[in-house]
Amino acid sequence: MRKGVMRPGHVQIRVLDVEEAIVHYRDRLGLIEVQRDDVGRVYLKAWTEIDAWSVVLRPADEAGLDFMGFKVVDSDTLAARKQDLIDYGCEVETVPAGELKGCGERIRFELPTGHKFELFAEKEQTGKWGVTDNNPEAWPEGLKGMRASRFDHCLLYGDDVDGAVDLLQNVLGFQLAEQVLDRAANDFRVAAFLTVSMKAHDVAFVRHPEKGKFHHASFYLESWNDVLRAADLISMHDIPLDIGPTRHGLTHGQTIYFFDPSGNRSEVFAGGDYTYPDHPVVTWDADKLGKAIFYHDRELNENFLGVVT
Amino acid sequence: MKHTITVVDTGESFACADEQHLLQGMQTFRVGMAMLKVINVGCRGGGCGVCRIRVHDGEYEAKKMSRKHIPEEDQAQGLVLACRIYPKSDLSIEVLPLDIRKE
Repeated sequence: MRKGVMRPGHVQIRVLDVEEAIVHYRDRLGLIEVQRDDVGRVYLKAWTEIDAWSVVLRPADEAGLDFMGFKVVDSDTLAARKQDLIDYGCEVETVPAGELKGCGERIRFELPTGHKFELFAEKEQTGKWGVTDNNPEAWPEGLKGMRASRFDHCLLYGDDVDGAVDLLQNVLGFQLAEQVLDRAANDFRVAAFLTVSMKAHDVAFVRHPEKGKFHHASFYLESWNDVLRAADLISMHDIPLDIGPTRHGLTHGQTIYFFDPSGNRSEVFAGGDYTYPDHPVVTWDADKLGKAIFYHDRELNENFLGVVT
Repeated sequence: MKHTITVVDTGESFACADEQHLLQGMQTFRVGMAMLKVINVGCRGGGCGVCRIRVHDGEYEAKKMSRKHIPEEDQAQGLVLACRIYPKSDLSIEVLPLDIRKE
């Protein structure tokens, strides 16, 4: 049952060199640089997003994920979910409005996988970039690189995936859309894909021995042709490639993975399955994990499984 | 200018130019020889830590790498990520095991 958590709102990523990172996220992925703040963070947005920004790059001496934030429908819902999280046993921190420029109050807590998660109810809205909301044209001219249309989801690696699923389902109303179970080990859950929308995933988790690891931030493209075009750009600019272009078994998205200059993985993808609230959970068996992840190769890739920031 | 990178554990060696990081040197095509896979290749951006090595001998230039995997005191001891160093002389290196820290 949905609980007023509406959609992904933002991701804050740590980068070793912010100028190199901007080239990746702005000129290659095609996000729009929006603003900077007095601690050196850079804010960007994808062109179809209504919010003023969705991706925040923070200069740091290590790579990885600071936090992912979801928007809730209103401030009453924010207060209600905060109380629910406290009742569930979470330590909930309140981050004052304005700490991220243009964002209202955020509440922050840690998932059992060690990842920092946030909820917020208000953020400045500047509308889609380059198109109006009255008689809008199909797309704006002047987009760069891969022309990513939205920040879509994150894949996170951590230990207590069942704990994260329980919290997200029961406290925040996420729906488990897809999962990977090890049938030979009492259906041990190896991966979980969760949604608050019709998308196949708004956030996903893969079991990993270390807490709080970041596998990738993903951005949506319109078509398979756009994924191939992204692959061309990856070669043109000699960007470290992880894998692709290929298709996933899980969610059936068409995808390519590559790394930002600090080693954080990015994905751009197109297509993919949809999920209504009455849809049953789609399950892949762990002994088919190769096909579940890379539908064409059908072979596990050590880097995809082990390389995280 | 090319330099010879020797892996002390295995005795294997490969050539690496000034402007290449060590993983690029390691992955260069060599006629009739299998691809050398002596160092793990990960993100190639100094973030993930899988290509951690120790440089025993030689000069190199290092770009910024994640302090989570290479704290300053380790770097002072010659520990580096192979994707972030550019040789300035022949190097002898040791490949280190994967560094998974449970927290």
